[in-house]
Amino acid sequence: MHDLKPVTALGQSAPVAETIGTITIAENDTLALASVAARMGHEEACHAILKKLIGAVPGPGKAQLHDPQAGFWTGPDQWMVSAPRETHELLADTLTPMFGQTATITEQSGAWVCFDVTGAAMSDLCERLCAVPIRKMDAGGALRTMIHQMGCFVIRCKADDHIRILGPRASANSLHHALTTAAHSIA
Amino acid sequence: MSQKNRIAGGQIDRAKTLKFSFDGRSYAGHPGDTLASALLANGVRLMGRSFKYHRPRGALSAGSEEPNALVELRGGARQEPNTRATTVELFDGLLAKSQNRMGSLRFDLLAINDRLSNFLTAGFYYKTFMWPAAFWEKLYEPVIRKAAGLGSLSGKDDPDVYDKGFLHCDLLIIGAGPAGLAAALTAGRAGADVILADEDFSMGGRLNSETFAVGDRSGADWAAQTVAELASLSNVRLMPRTTIIGAFDHGTYGGLERVSDHLHSPDAGKPRQILWRIYAKRALLCAGATERPIAFDNNDRPGVMLGAALRTYANRFGAAADRRVAIFTNNDDGHRTARDLHAKGVRISAVVDVRPDAPLHPDYQVLRGAQVVDTRGRLGLSFIDVRQADGTMRVVECGALGVSGGWNPNVHLTCHQRGLPVWDDAIAAFVPGENLPVGMAVAGAANGVFTTAGALRSGAAGAVAALDLGQTPDLPQTEDAPVNITPFWYVKGCARAWLDQQNDVTVKDVKLSHQEGFRSVEHLKRYTTLGMATDQGKTSNMGGLAIMAELAGKTIPQVGTTIFRPPYTPTAIGAFAGRHRGQGFHPTRLTPSHKWAQEQGAVFVEVGNWMRAQWFPQPGETHWRQSVDREVLATRKSVGVCDVTTLGKIDVQGTDAAAFLNTIYCNGFAKLAVGKVRYGLMLREDGIAMDDGTAARLAEDHFVVTTTTANALPVYRHMEFVHQCLFPDLDVQLISTTEAWAQYAVAGPNSRKLLEKIVDQDISNAAFPFMACANITVCGGLRARLFRISFSGELAYEIAVPTMYGDALIRRIMAEGAEFGVTPYGTEALGVMRIEKGHATGNEINGTTTAQNLGMGRMVSTKKDSIGAVLSRREGLNRADDLRQVGIKPVDPAEKVPAGAHLMNAQGPVDAVHDQGYVTSACYSPNLGHHIALGFLKNGGNRIGEELRLVSPLTGVETRVEIVSPHFIDPEGERLRA
Repeated sequence: MHDLKPVTALGQSAPVAETIGTITIAENDTLALASVAARMGHEEACHAILKKLIGAVPGPGKAQLHDPQAGFWTGPDQWMVSAPRETHELLADTLTPMFGQTATITEQSGAWVCFDVTGAAMSDLCERLCAVPIRKMDAGGALRTMIHQMGCFVIRCKADDHIRILGPRASANSLHHALTTAAHSIA
Repeated sequence: MSQKNRIAGGQIDRAKTLKFSFDGRSYAGHPGDTLASALLANGVRLMGRSFKYHRPRGALSAGSEEPNALVELRGGARQEPNTRATTVELFDGLLAKSQNRMGSLRFDLLAINDRLSNFLTAGFYYKTFMWPAAFWEKLYEPVIRKAAGLGSLSGKDDPDVYDKGFLHCDLLIIGAGPAGLAAALTAGRAGADVILADEDFSMGGRLNSETFAVGDRSGADWAAQTVAELASLSNVRLMPRTTIIGAFDHGTYGGLERVSDHLHSPDAGKPRQILWRIYAKRALLCAGATERPIAFDNNDRPGVMLGAALRTYANRFGAAADRRVAIFTNNDDGHRTARDLHAKGVRISAVVDVRPDAPLHPDYQVLRGAQVVDTRGRLGLSFIDVRQADGTMRVVECGALGVSGGWNPNVHLTCHQRGLPVWDDAIAAFVPGENLPVGMAVAGAANGVFTTAGALRSGAAGAVAALDLGQTPDLPQTEDAPVNITPFWYVKGCARAWLDQQNDVTVKDVKLSHQEGFRSVEHLKRYTTLGMATDQGKTSNMGGLAIMAELAGKTIPQVGTTIFRPPYTPTAIGAFAGRHRGQGFHPTRLTPSHKWAQEQGAVFVEVGNWMRAQWFPQPGETHWRQSVDREVLATRKSVGVCDVTTLGKIDVQGTDAAAFLNTIYCNGFAKLAVGKVRYGLMLREDGIAMDDGTAARLAEDHFVVTTTTANALPVYRHMEFVHQCLFPDLDVQLISTTEAWAQYAVAGPNSRKLLEKIVDQDISNAAFPFMACANITVCGGLRARLFRISFSGELAYEIAVPTMYGDALIRRIMAEGAEFGVTPYGTEALGVMRIEKGHATGNEINGTTTAQNLGMGRMVSTKKDSIGAVLSRREGLNRADDLRQVGIKPVDPAEKVPAGAHLMNAQGPVDAVHDQGYVTSACYSPNLGHHIALGFLKNGGNRIGEELRLVSPLTGVETRVEIVSPHFIDPEGERLRA
C-alpha cells in the first residue's frame, strides 16, 4: 500500500464547497473515471457489457445515472464510466478485463475536475455559463459544451436543481472561478 | 431650475424626484423619465454639438435612433461617450456632460467650422492636405485627429463587469409594442417557451406614447395589463432593457441586456450588462418603425424634432419641448401629434402640411400645400419661415417644430443575413423582403403594418404561424386609421438642409456626391459619410436615397439600400469581452506541482494556457541567469527534476494502433517492441515537419504518444483527422491523457539512484535500458508509468502517476533526492540543456522546415508510406544547398549569439540575397562557459568549422561565429545510455 496522499483538483487536501445565494458549488473528489471506446467490429458486444454494467447504453447527449457505476456518452461508441473512487480506485484496471477485446479502456480519473452545482437558481447559473438548454434537459441529459473557453460536460442529475460539471482538471481553478463568479452574478 | 415645460399626464412617478446634473448644472426629474425628457421638461433644448460643423443640436427623437443628443454619461472611469440622452433612464445622481465642443456648449470655439463649411464639404479630406507631403504626419493628421471623434474616453479601466449568457426558446419576439405583445400573449397562452425582448425599460412601444384606446382602456394600460399577464406565465421570459443587436447564423440572436445602466453603479458582483446568445427556433421581428424627417434649411436647430417624438414626450413623459409648437408634415400622423399636444394645453402655432387636401382642425390653423423652408434662432428654434401654397412667405413663432415625413419600418435585423428590403409604394417605405434570416418572420409596423389594430392582428398571426397554433385569439378593438401620405423628402432650393444630423451630411453633399460620380448607394455612403455614425443613419438614410434617386432619374428601389449590419445599436466592447479580460482573458492550466512550485518561489511563465515554472530562484540570486546556470550545472552534475506534465499525451489503442502510428510518423513504428520507446517525427501532408515526440509501446495494442506542449492539441486534432477521414477502417481509439497523468523528468547522473528509492521495480541499466518503458508502481504500490527518455542528454527518466498524486510525488522526489542534492529546474534550464544537446523543438520545427533541414532526412522511411513522405521528396525541398541544422558558437567566447540573427558569409554584402541562414535558439551554456546557438545554414552539414558573420541589422549586431556540430554536449550519447 503506497503512502502518497492525493490532492483535489483545486489543490487542496479536501474538497471545497461554497454557497452563494441559493447556489452551492461543491467540488466532487470522489469519482473514479475511465473511458470506454468500442473496438471496430465489437460494438454490439461492447454495448452488451456496458448495458450490463450501468443498466443502459447511453446515446448522444445522455447519461445513465446508475450506482455504483454510471456513464455518459462522449462520442460515437465512446462513453465515460464513473464509480466511487473510494471503492473503485482501479476502475480502468477493473474494466479492462471486463470488456476484453471489445473495448479500449483508458484511465481518466486524474484528467477531470468535477463540480456538483445545486440550488434553486441552478438554471439561471447554467445560462450564464454555457449554451446547454438547461431548462429543456431532463435528468440524465449530458452535453459537451464550452464554459469560459474550457471544454466541459454538463450532466443533469436526478434532483431538479442539480447539475454536475466535469471540466479539465488542470483548469480547475479557472472553472471554479467561472462558477463562483456566475453565482455571485445571479445571487 | 424648475421643470417649466413639465405638463400633465405621462407615465412618470411624480411622487418621487430625482436630481441630476447636465454640464455641471443641477436639474430635477422623475422616475420614468429619460435624460432627454427630463432636460426638455426643464426647458433645455440644447444638448450637444454636431460632429463636423459643431452646430448646436438638441434631441431629434425619443428613442434609440437619436443622432444628436449624445452625451458623456457618468464620470471617472465610468465615463461613457456617445450615450443617447433619449434612451438613458434617469436615476438619482445622474451625471451627464455635453460632448464634441471646445469651450462651453453655448460657446463652442469649434463652431468656426460652420463658417468654413464651404471648404469642408463632403469628401473635402480626399482633396486637401495633399501637400506638402511632409505635413501630413506631423501637422494635418494630428490636427484632424484632435478635432475628430465624438466624445472622449476616460482612458481608465472599465470598473464594471459584463456577463455573457445563453438562452433557448421556441419563439423570440423582438419588440414589445402592440405586435410584439399580441404575439407574446398568443404564444405564451399556448404554452410555448417565449422570450419577449424590448430595448425600452417600459414595454408597450408606441402604445405608451399614444392616447387612443385599446379595447376598454388606454393603450398604455392595455400594455401594462398584458405585460402583467405575460409575467405570470412561467413559460414567458420578459426582457426589458434588452436590445436584440443582431440576427446571426442558424437562428441565433445577440441580445444586450442593460442590467445596471439605470442604476448609479452596479450592485456588488453584478454585471453592468449581459450579452445573451439566444437560440430561437423561430423569431418574430416586431421592431416597429422609425419616423423620418423632412430636409429643409436649418432643420437641425434645437427644437426641431420628429413629430411622434414630441407626442412621446408629451404623452409618456409629461414633457413639452416648448409651450408653442408647430408641425410640418406630409401625412396624417403629423396631425395626430398636433391634436395630442393641443389636448395637453400646448399651443399649436400652425400645422404646415405639404398636401393641398390636408385635414383641417377647428382650434388651430392648418396651412395646406405649404412648406417650412427655413428656421431662425441662435441656440434654439424661435421662428420658422413658411412658404404657403400661393407662394407667399410667412413667419410662424414657435419653440419646437414637429416634423413628420412618414415612417420607415425597422427592417434592420431582416438584413443581417444579407436579405434586401423591398419598396412598398403604399407607405412610401422599404419593407422586409423575402430573404429573411432562417426562422424569422416580421409583424406589425416593422412589416409596414402601420395601424395599431393591424399590428395586433399581425403579431398574433405571426405567433400562430411560427408555432403552428391554428387559431388566433380574440383581440381588442383599437385604432385602425389608414395611412395617408404624400412622399416628400426635402424642400427644393434649400442650401443647408440636413439629412444626417450626426455626421453633418446635407442635401447639398448628396448632390455633390452625384456630381462627382459617387452614385452607387454604397459610394454615396462612403463619400459623404451618410449613415455611418453611431445611429447608423436610422433617420437619415432614406432621405439620402430619395435625393440620389431623384438626381439619377431612378426610383428609390432602383437606387436600393446599403446593407444593415449588426449591432442594431451601439454596443460596448466590454459586453463582447464579457468576463474574458485581464486575468480572466483565458483560463489557466496549472501543473500538478504548481502549488509546490509556488512554495519554492518559482517564477512562472505562460506557455499557452499552462503556467510553467521558468526557474526557481534561491536566496542570493539576483539575476535569472544565476538561477538557470545553477539548475543546469546541478542537473548535469547530479540530478534535477522538472514538471513535464504539459507535454501532450495521447493514448493510442486498438488492434491497428501500430499501423496507425506507422502512418502518422515518417519513421517506422510497426516493429517497435513492447516496453520500448521510439523518437518519432510527424510530417504535415505537404512534407514539412509538424511535430516530434516519443511513442511508448505499453502493449501490442497500446501506445502512449507524447507531443510538444504547444502542439498537444494540433497533433491530437491531426490524428483524429487522419483516423476519421483518411483511415476510418483502422481499429484505433484515441484519447488525450495529458491531464490524467502528472509527469516529471528526472535527469542527471544520479537520477537512477534517486528513482530506485521510489520505484518498486528493478530499473537498473540492464533491466530498464535507454528507451525502455513500463507500467510500474511507486512508493509501495501506486500505479505509475516510467519512460527512460532524455531531453537533456543526461541519464534521465520521465515518471508519471495519476494527477491527483502529482503533488505528493514531487514532494517525495525532493525528499528522497535530498542526499543527491536534487535540484528542481524550470523551462529555461530545460531549454539550455536541450540546446546543449542539439535537440530540436518548436523553434526549429517552425512550420517551414523539413526532416532534411533538421538533419533527420534519413528518418523518412522509404520502406513504407506515411503522411507527408511523398511530398517531402519534392525536388524543391531537397536541394544540395538546403538549410541544415547546425551548432553555432562565437569566435570570441565573450560575445553573445542573438536568436533571430542571420548568418552571412565572412566576406561580402549583408542583405537578403546573400543570406546564409538564421539562428533559431540561443543561450548561455554554463557547461561550456560561453554562448551557443542552434540554427539553420545553407549546406550546413558540409560547413562545420567555417567562420561566418552573424548579423542583426535591426539591432546593429555583427558577431563572428564558428559553425559546429549541433551536439555541444555528449555527442556520442554515452551519458543517456549510462
